[in-house]
Amino acid sequence: MPRNLIFIITINEEKNQYDLSMLKVHRDICGYCGCCVSVCPEGALELIDAYLSVEKNCTSCGVCAKVCPLGALEVVNEK
Amino acid sequence: MKNKYDVLVIGGGPAGALAAKTAVEKGLSACIVEKRPAIGAPVRCAEGIGQDALHEFIDPDPRWISAEMTGATIVAPDGFVMKLESEFAGSKVGYVLDRKFFDRELVWKAAEAGADVAVKSRAAAPIMENGVVKGAKIEYCGKVSSVHADVVIAADGVESKFSKWCGVDTTVPVREIMSSVQYVMADIDIDEHSTVFYLGNEVAPEGYLWIFPKGKRTANVGIGISGKKSGDGHRAKDYLDRFVKKTFPHGKTIEYIPGGVSVCRPLECTVADGLIIAGDAARVVDPLTGGGIYNAMFTGRLAAQVAADCIGKGDVSKKALMPYDKQWRASKMGKAIERNYHIKEYLIKLPDPKLNEIIHSVAKLNLKEFTTISLVKEIIRVNPKLVLELGALAASLR
Repeated sequence: MPRNLIFIITINEEKNQYDLSMLKVHRDICGYCGCCVSVCPEGALELIDAYLSVEKNCTSCGVCAKVCPLGALEVVNEK
Repeated sequence: MKNKYDVLVIGGGPAGALAAKTAVEKGLSACIVEKRPAIGAPVRCAEGIGQDALHEFIDPDPRWISAEMTGATIVAPDGFVMKLESEFAGSKVGYVLDRKFFDRELVWKAAEAGADVAVKSRAAAPIMENGVVKGAKIEYCGKVSSVHADVVIAADGVESKFSKWCGVDTTVPVREIMSSVQYVMADIDIDEHSTVFYLGNEVAPEGYLWIFPKGKRTANVGIGISGKKSGDGHRAKDYLDRFVKKTFPHGKTIEYIPGGVSVCRPLECTVADGLIIAGDAARVVDPLTGGGIYNAMFTGRLAAQVAADCIGKGDVSKKALMPYDKQWRASKMGKAIERNYHIKEYLIKLPDPKLNEIIHSVAKLNLKEFTTISLVKEIIRVNPKLVLELGALAASLR
């Protein structure tokens, strides 16, 4: 699995289903500035030269997607 | 790169360069590791620095000075233009640097003094023994090697990870990250000797938009907005594009630089066992102006001075390294950060009409000193009501 595809599975007991969420890096938009890295509460992002890496401990909280100056990050939800 | 140094410096920006240079001048061995393949690029900086601030560290050199500034212009939310000139008309008050060459010069000076430098070399993990930082695992072209050090100086910038791996929380609150974009623009009509700051919630919510001239008809045109105000359709880039389209419709963008600037309080503690944190990584950017070059050089130099003392005495524990933390906080720089944090917190809460009122009231000032603090003092002098609103802060300014 590519390193930038990290799924977070939450079990929704009421609806008896799984919620899948994932942080997606739009690499064609990302400017590799590290703004997102500084706000990540889990320390799950790292800027490795010109590559933004997303680690397994990402919780898809979306803080990084909010602050990105370019809109390169997106939390994708799938039911 | 050897496998053991007295001081290992993570990051080859101004903080790291000053740390390494100072360390070797103190007789220590030191190595800078920079994850990027080149020192100085990408820039991610508006490149402004005050005249006195620069002179404290290095004599200006035309090779890395893009332009000299003699004044500043503030544009109020209602479009009212306030021009600030230094007491002596035409004399310079600051510089806009060319960071690509400036950073290279600083690292070159560190290397010349005897420091080792490794580029495209990333600190991938700390080496820890019983909770004490003893060095770092350095990744270079796919190979990982262990580099031990008595003291590691983390000068790894806004996207700092090293301190976090060592157990220090460096997370910047969302509302206190300036989500930023800057274009280097050419062929634009500007006053080449004056910086321009645009304020207001329509232009740059809880931040500002800047034009920092880099020469004739060329400038850094950028914006920082609070992370809290950022989102789809209203990101830093959206605001900047709108401004550029209106103000410089025929300008050409020759560089496109996103970035993040922390305007929070500095880290609660900037040392740990075997570790000192300096520059943007320590969150010592001026919270009012977003300026960080001087503060980075200041903390970088101090970090190495304290490291040298402690290594000499054979004790690099957190307690032994604490004088670093205490000294920068007690310094003029540390006090300015604390004071400017309060001023920033006050200003970002002001509605635009109030901000207009204040700027109109101080428009005819002839500042004796060209500093943010003298400007704030004057604002308070002509708006005595503010003393009540600013409370204890105002008292500390007198």
